[in-house]
Amino acid sequence: MLRNAISHLDPPLVLSLIVLSGLSLVVLYSSGGENMDLIYKQGIRILIGFIILFLVAQLSPQTLQRWAPYIFSIGLILLSMVLLVGIVGKGAQRWLDLGLFRFQPAEIMKLGVPMMVAWVLTRHPLPLRVRELAIAALIVCGPTVLVILQPDLGTAILIAAAGVLAIFLAGIGWRWLLAFTVALGAAGPLMWTMLHDYQRSRILTLFDPWSDPLGAGYHTIQSIIAVGSGGANGKGWMNGSQSQLEFIPERSTDFIFAVYSEEFGFIGAVLMICLYFFVVARGMYIAFNAQDTFSRLIGGALSLTFFFYVFVNIGMVSGLLPVVGVPLPLVSYGGTSMVTLMAGLGMLMSIHTHRKLMPQ
Amino acid sequence: MMARIRIKDYVRETNLIQARLVISSIIVAALCIALLARLYYLQIEQHSHYSTLSQENRISFVPIPPARGQIYDRKGRVIAENLPTYTLELVPDNVPDMDKALDQIARLIELSDIDLQRFHTALRSRPGFEIRTLKSGLTDEEVARFAVNQHQINGFQINARLRRHYPFGPEMVHVLGYVGRISEVDLERIDRNAYRGTDYIGKLGIEAHYERTLLGQSGYEQVETNAHGRVVRTLSRVSPVAGKDIYLNVDVDLQQAAREYLGEFEGAVVAIEPGSGGVLALVSNPVYDPNPFVNGIDTKSYKLLRQDDGRPLLNRALNGRYAPGSTVKPVMALAGLEFHRSPYERVFGKGWFSLRGSRHRYRCWKKQGHGWMDMHDAIVQSCDVYFYTLANNLGIEKLHDFLIRFGMGKKTGIDLDDEPSGLVPSPEWKRAVRGQPWWPGETVIAGIGQGYTLVTPLQLAMVTATLANKGIRNKPRLVRAVRESGATKILELGPQTIEQVAIRNRKMYEIVIDAMVDVVHGKRGTARRSGLGAEYRFAGKTGTAQVIGIKQGATYREENVAKRFRDHALFISFAPVEDPKIAVAVIAENGGGGSRTAAPIARQVMDYYLIGPPPPPEKEPEKDDDAA
Repeated sequence: MLRNAISHLDPPLVLSLIVLSGLSLVVLYSSGGENMDLIYKQGIRILIGFIILFLVAQLSPQTLQRWAPYIFSIGLILLSMVLLVGIVGKGAQRWLDLGLFRFQPAEIMKLGVPMMVAWVLTRHPLPLRVRELAIAALIVCGPTVLVILQPDLGTAILIAAAGVLAIFLAGIGWRWLLAFTVALGAAGPLMWTMLHDYQRSRILTLFDPWSDPLGAGYHTIQSIIAVGSGGANGKGWMNGSQSQLEFIPERSTDFIFAVYSEEFGFIGAVLMICLYFFVVARGMYIAFNAQDTFSRLIGGALSLTFFFYVFVNIGMVSGLLPVVGVPLPLVSYGGTSMVTLMAGLGMLMSIHTHRKLMPQ
Repeated sequence: MMARIRIKDYVRETNLIQARLVISSIIVAALCIALLARLYYLQIEQHSHYSTLSQENRISFVPIPPARGQIYDRKGRVIAENLPTYTLELVPDNVPDMDKALDQIARLIELSDIDLQRFHTALRSRPGFEIRTLKSGLTDEEVARFAVNQHQINGFQINARLRRHYPFGPEMVHVLGYVGRISEVDLERIDRNAYRGTDYIGKLGIEAHYERTLLGQSGYEQVETNAHGRVVRTLSRVSPVAGKDIYLNVDVDLQQAAREYLGEFEGAVVAIEPGSGGVLALVSNPVYDPNPFVNGIDTKSYKLLRQDDGRPLLNRALNGRYAPGSTVKPVMALAGLEFHRSPYERVFGKGWFSLRGSRHRYRCWKKQGHGWMDMHDAIVQSCDVYFYTLANNLGIEKLHDFLIRFGMGKKTGIDLDDEPSGLVPSPEWKRAVRGQPWWPGETVIAGIGQGYTLVTPLQLAMVTATLANKGIRNKPRLVRAVRESGATKILELGPQTIEQVAIRNRKMYEIVIDAMVDVVHGKRGTARRSGLGAEYRFAGKTGTAQVIGIKQGATYREENVAKRFRDHALFISFAPVEDPKIAVAVIAENGGGGSRTAAPIARQVMDYYLIGPPPPPEKEPEKDDDAA
């Protein structure tokens, strides 16, 4: 029974996830100022994450496909509730207090949106027709707008990305893609007016963080200094001055990669990016070899979303992208995103391991 | 093409998605390479640049103020010292919300309006990463209260600093001046680097004039800080160099005694050691306490000081300008000798003098007149008519020339700032400043030190010292010696001779000095009473300066008007005659006659210096009221 359950795990993926989690604890020990409390908490989260991964991996892709509309609906209801009764956390309404821990409904949508998109798109044979495309677009836009209203730009981008990636994989025509890009370009100025001041200044300072080194550019500058001063070999574990002296803001959460690359240098950064690339490549491989369209779509979308996390986070830390609150998967301190990520990875394993059980 | 196929084609669908997966994977790989390229650029290419930035980020220099040089009096007593005090300081850049933080602080430590006002000025005047003082002189209780709550207030710290203190308070204020907080005006003229970490600067007196000597050099500590500015550890330290200690010629005891002798009179006493130019006492009465000025006096107290009728803030010894009156007569006599008037030439003092062709009478202080007077008698008895005649015969040009040679009408060069030059009038001066011609009558009254002539008490003392020195003029010096910080050896500065007064024959001094001796020791001397019982021979000259009108800009209360119009009493003297050790000038404002008021003060000062403090007056036995 247990052996059967374990067989639903994908060893290469599990191994690389364990390495990443291990790295997370190592970096947290340094960034958190040797605070063991932090390590225990993160350790427990990782454990819970793996348990969720294990459980999700047991579900067959068909089950996931069946559940997709329900998960999406529950997520939508919870998101609306957050807007109505959400408590204020970090100046933004994102949380639902469920007593024991606070729950962020937007996280559900990171999985719910790509699942729902895949569900809708597989009801009819591909390639896409305009009607399915329109429905999929609504599925993506609805939750995204709700999350933007919270306001949580980072999560909104991630949700939208997951949905858009699923649509892309479903073979949306290049002309549509072009039209979409143009529309996005046109919507840019409109969205600009909808952004909050702090979000605007973050985008503006991306182009010139030094224009406001103690204000909006502070995060980016301190982070770039940390990364750049790390050099090839790094300053050594626990020896990063930028992190140890508290120059890097959010150094255990969103900016943990700055701490990591300051202390472990370019070599460490290459190692971590290779690890992530491996995870994504493995996910793409699983999607490629999946046996039905829903599995391919959801597997590809989740893998690409995972990479999107990594790219946005490291891009932000290294000053390529504006500062949006996107954690580094599995490494950043924090619980909510860990659960969704692990569930997503569990789905990948489910896709891969339930394959042989299906009649060819 | 694909879009047109509507039949369910499983293989085609699979191929489509797989193609997209491959494209996506290629994009993922490309983006990974982009990230690696970016990191390569930051960590390898630009490594040294960011490495430097991170060094600068965490290493900051904390200036350490030097201990200001101490000041000692002639007998080695500390008269300006540094006392430890607790100050509440902060680095503005490290305080995210200043108003909130100040609110929090105000709940723990009492902040006055002046503290806040001064702090806000300081906030604007220097860059935000430099440390500022919010309040100094915290009590132990306040320190404790702050320490308990410190974790709630970022960027603030309590440091033990040194605060200037003047143990003799008001007694030495007109000599020492005081230090105060660096103002915005100060900032414009000082080298800010030299004052890093220092809040104080000499504002007045010795403290201002010897600022560079006393200041010392700032040191600094190279410290590693976190982004909140909290010091994590010290990397290196360059110790500050304490300012040099200064030893004054001034004797606090003599200074105190002289002011005591001056009593209620507003005025000045200046005592100089003729041989060196050392200033033994520089008294201006009334006085004020300099200590409140160190951290900034409150507006109300300052207003009171400014509006005080006695004008305590005015340093009369240095800045007060008075008509010299008859004290100028010895110099007038010398001028006569220099310009070939015979000392034996006699003038009949009939009580008044008139210019030829004029009916205006210039009166002598003695209405009935002195009778026939030669130079000696004219000095001893202070005969005005003799000096009216002498001045009139010499003419204003020669008088002006000689008085200037003697050091009047120009700065003495004392080691204090903002010394006025006094005034010796000339026709050129009057034309230039007043736009009026010189009248012969003005020459006449210049002969007895009235009219436009103005001297400072310091100048008067210098004239006296020059007479005692027979023409050798030493620059008046408050500072006797300087000691490098940490050094045991004291560097004596020695006398600085400015010039020897150009005169035909130094024997001429003896004629004048003989007469000045008879002023106090002669039977008919105007100050003969002050010479009684002296254990040494001294020379002197009385003077009485008419108060022509109310001083400009000053208003007096009605009950004081009468007193305010009374003449100023002056006296100059030096002793012992054979080997002068001390030259004194006394001015008692509204003191009436010089012989009655000023001369006894000068005598007491000389007694104190040459003989020692007088025996304490015998106390009357206390009445025993309870005795039955």
